[in-house]
Amino acid sequence: MKFDTPATTNPIDRLKVVGKPTNRIDGPLKTTGTAPYAYERHDVAANQAYGYVVGSAIAKGRIASINLDDAKAAPGVVAIVTAADAGTLGKGNFNTAKLLGGPEIEHYHQAIALVVADSFEQARAAASLVRVEYVRAKGAYDLAAAMDTATKPKASFGVEADTSVGDFASAFASAPVTIDARYATPDHTHAMMEPHASIAAWQDDKLTLWTSNQMIAWSVGDMAKTLGIPKENIRLDSPYIGGGFGGKLFIRADALLAALGAKAAKRPVKVALPRPFVTNNTTHRPATIQRVRIGATADGKITAIGHESWSGDLPGGGPETAVAQTRLLYAGANRMTAMRLAVLDLPEGNAMRAPGEAPGLMALEIAVDEMAEKLGMDPIAFRVLNDTQVDPEKPSRPFSQRRLNECMQTGADKFGWARRNAKPGSARDGRWLVGMGVAAAFRNNLNGPSAARVRLDRSGIVTVETDMTDIGTGTYTIIAQTAAEMMGLPLDRIVVKLGDSAFPVSAGSGGQWGANSSTAGVYAACVKLREMVTEKLGFDAATAIFADGKVSVGRRSAALEKAADDSELVAEDKMEYGDLAEKYQQSTFGAHFAEVGVDAMTGEIRVRRMLAVCAAGRILNPKAARSQVIGAMTMGAGSALMEELAVDKRFGFFVNHDLAGYEVPVHADIPHQDVIFLDETDPTTSPMKAKGVGELGICGVAAAIANAVYNATGVRVRNYPITLDKLLDKLPDIA
Amino acid sequence: MKSFTYERADTVAAATAAFARAKDARFIAGGTNLLDLMKLEIETPAHLIDVSRLALDRIDATPEGGLRIGAMVRNTDLASDTRVRRDYGLLSRALVAGASGQLRNKATTAGNLLQRTRCPYFYDTNQPCNKRKPGTGCAAIGGFHRLHAVIGASDACIATHPSDMAVAMRALDASVETVDAAGKARVIPIADFYRAPGTTPHLETVLAPGELITAVTLPKPVGGTHIYHKVRDRASYAFALISVGVVVQKDGTGRVALGGVGYKPWRVSAADAELPRGAKAVTAALLDGAKPGHENAYKLPLVERTLAGVLAQAKG
Ligand SMILES: Cc1cc2nc3c(=O)[nH]c(=O)nc-3n(C[C@H](O)[C@H](O)[C@H](O)COP(=O)(O)OP(=O)(O)OC[C@H]3O[C@@H](n4cnc5c(N)ncnc54)[C@H](O)[C@@H]3O)c2cc1C
Ligand code: SF4
Repeated sequence: MKFDTPATTNPIDRLKVVGKPTNRIDGPLKTTGTAPYAYERHDVAANQAYGYVVGSAIAKGRIASINLDDAKAAPGVVAIVTAADAGTLGKGNFNTAKLLGGPEIEHYHQAIALVVADSFEQARAAASLVRVEYVRAKGAYDLAAAMDTATKPKASFGVEADTSVGDFASAFASAPVTIDARYATPDHTHAMMEPHASIAAWQDDKLTLWTSNQMIAWSVGDMAKTLGIPKENIRLDSPYIGGGFGGKLFIRADALLAALGAKAAKRPVKVALPRPFVTNNTTHRPATIQRVRIGATADGKITAIGHESWSGDLPGGGPETAVAQTRLLYAGANRMTAMRLAVLDLPEGNAMRAPGEAPGLMALEIAVDEMAEKLGMDPIAFRVLNDTQVDPEKPSRPFSQRRLNECMQTGADKFGWARRNAKPGSARDGRWLVGMGVAAAFRNNLNGPSAARVRLDRSGIVTVETDMTDIGTGTYTIIAQTAAEMMGLPLDRIVVKLGDSAFPVSAGSGGQWGANSSTAGVYAACVKLREMVTEKLGFDAATAIFADGKVSVGRRSAALEKAADDSELVAEDKMEYGDLAEKYQQSTFGAHFAEVGVDAMTGEIRVRRMLAVCAAGRILNPKAARSQVIGAMTMGAGSALMEELAVDKRFGFFVNHDLAGYEVPVHADIPHQDVIFLDETDPTTSPMKAKGVGELGICGVAAAIANAVYNATGVRVRNYPITLDKLLDKLPDIA
Repeated sequence: MKSFTYERADTVAAATAAFARAKDARFIAGGTNLLDLMKLEIETPAHLIDVSRLALDRIDATPEGGLRIGAMVRNTDLASDTRVRRDYGLLSRALVAGASGQLRNKATTAGNLLQRTRCPYFYDTNQPCNKRKPGTGCAAIGGFHRLHAVIGASDACIATHPSDMAVAMRALDASVETVDAAGKARVIPIADFYRAPGTTPHLETVLAPGELITAVTLPKPVGGTHIYHKVRDRASYAFALISVGVVVQKDGTGRVALGGVGYKPWRVSAADAELPRGAKAVTAALLDGAKPGHENAYKLPLVERTLAGVLAQAKG
């Protein structure tokens, strides 16, 4: 099915199942520990051996020699894989560094060997007996120091490095009110609960990988390319994923090494990455240095807006697209954005929840707060004044929907924004300095082609099959809701099967494109199945109503399962997209509000309450969407206040590479959180009229908290995370 | 993890005798620290002697009016003991500020005192670390050292002792009771228990190999207001950036110990004496001779400000 004109009324609009707050259908499996995650799939292949990865001890250089004698002789060892004996390996389209390094070393903890043994403990013990001599080479590990060497990267995913409209330089120079400030965001790690893990088994030349992966088709392709075998010979299965946040968009060392290990050991092999490897072996969100310049008239109209961002990556990698939102968020006739990319020899930078916008808004939305203060305006009023209903770089393109102002105003009412004292450092609650902050949330909506197969059996059960993944977001449930709505069935008549590359190719989970895209694919397949049903029952397809387990036209009606009496009905289709996303700018919007207390003595910062107001198209499952947003707000609080990979600039690695050293918020950090969804539908996105929301939730959160800290203390920190050591010397004197 | 053998000791004598017999042995109590270190091959004992079920799990009154805390009393039980909560509130508060409920259920009094540093380089066997591998150097010096010691450190090691409980024990003048392999008992004041890193940061306490902690004793209660303020980057389940434990009497005198600043809980008698004069004077005395690096210099003003807050709170 091709979606190329805005949606009109369709069966989803009945909203009998879709749009209702719905418990996850996979919830009981997860809460009882019976949803098997990749490493726990003990029953899928007999005689599984354990692989343990050896990571490079240096960040850059070469392996001079590798001695496997002791490791090979260790108890239980079955096989050892290194680049020297793994045969010729390619590199996946989505990988920057090789997944199996050697003799060249590209980054710290790059995998250089896999030790396979009968037990996990034996494999781990033997792995420590692999003796490696290295020759270190000089690497670049310091973004600030490498800024001057940064170059203009080529466009990636259609995002140009530079844009320019009007004459930014002169407009900025002549603006009566300006700010020009520099911000820094650190490297972040995904820190998902489930580390990367895979089990591999070969049958002749056919490989099956039970893994934890967000993008099944990409990963089948990259696995085939890396191993140099046809895609058809690879099956990937990833039904449950313990979080990904972008860290599992691609195959990683666990998957490749499990496959190579299984080949060498001639039996199935399982590999999980130890926690430090999640940080230094896989991908992370790269640090940025950003410069934001805004010029405005005295009454607050933006006349010039400029945003530059510097980030680093391994050779061949890409930039963190931190200027992306600035191309679309505020009006202003003269504009420029630019990204520069330096070569850094740290582990590979890549996507993490809301890549681009998450760090970009961390900077931009502080700058907007600073500008409002300079103008003597309320930061909400300043944003509202500079709203735009068209793409400000290409004014002929309207936004399909844009209710940012309403998000701001609804939030202000609900949060009690009027009680905020605009003068920083003036609200006190005992020893706590109290402040409120706000920031805009913005993230583009993306759609991708997505296919599904639906089966109706004679007992009236509809089974959906698609290689879509549920990374903990609630995909199982919205897909079931979609099929239930389309076929006129209650939720318990729907079975959803996901994550298997044997199923039709979906959009996968990433970039907040999963929910709308995958359900649209199911919609398309269900439209086909409805046609088959009406044909079988001899009903007029155009007027048939599917409801309450029945199909009816006028007074004639038949049970749905009747259509499958002789044989199961199977329909498959794929939703594809025309050019609506070019005609209309499809984005999601929100407003984040935060209230913080800062201990006037110690500088400890505690978030007191948070509110998000989101306008993101039709909300398919308000319960799951709320969970997505509060999870994202929590992650945003982490990036505001504590998350930072500490870079060792001499040895070139992230030092705090476990969950004791890399702090993410715990329950005690997370206060009362509220989420409001504006009631809206966007007919330009798909027949579901939905958009993404899982990444919108993190966009702007950190800046709202940063602005609240400023409001509380009068101290402006432009260098995340905002830890107490950055406030201490500017807090009120102790008496 | 290296393969190891294991035995469970039923009596103190059996435990110390087993240690004397075995090569490269280690006692294991709750295992919450030792096991993690073994998995990473930071500790590689050949033999474990499980002391967790020794009959050292009681808290008894002493004839002097204090408490004798068995070495195997779990952190949770110690923190919730009514006598501890009433008379040694600082200890109870320090304990519950540490780790998580699950860990405190396992962690023992002896194990807590002997837990090892949280320096991230110590945890990464690819990095030089004099504490883990004597003579290899100290990666933290000149590296990431935001969490490290500001006082008492050496050119060989700038690690901190991470225990919260030990800070309270230090302020309360606890003593450590031990028995060695020959069955000889001794009592070590906590002030003398930890060794300065000097050139041998791998030697952390004055315990001899095989010397078993049997109890920690507290002298009779000193009254006063007990406050433990642990400062960290997140609200819970994190080690201290710094912590301040005080007992303050009505007349403003008292005692103060710090966590997160040095290789041991930090207490200086001259600083105690300054308490009536306030945070600035106390901090000056406590941290006299401090040598912070650029990433952890904030700990000095942080101590002073935290102490000021704590003293204000003590006044009520
Ligand atoms: C995730 C995490 C967070 C934590 N957070 C904190 C925190 O915030 N604050 C804090 O203070 N602590 C914290 N801890 C540390 C925790 O308090 C210690 O791990 C615990 O107290 C150790 O006690 P244990 O009985 O488990 O010791 P074990 O691990 O069994 O032993 C530790 C050491 O003591 C030795 N030992 C044990 N018993 C004896 C004995 N009777 N005589 C001689 N030697 C003995 C062992 O040989 C070993 O060397 C945390 C730990 C973890 C894992
Ligand atoms: S500070 Fe101590 S523990 Fe840390 S790296 Fe240096 S020697 Fe090792």
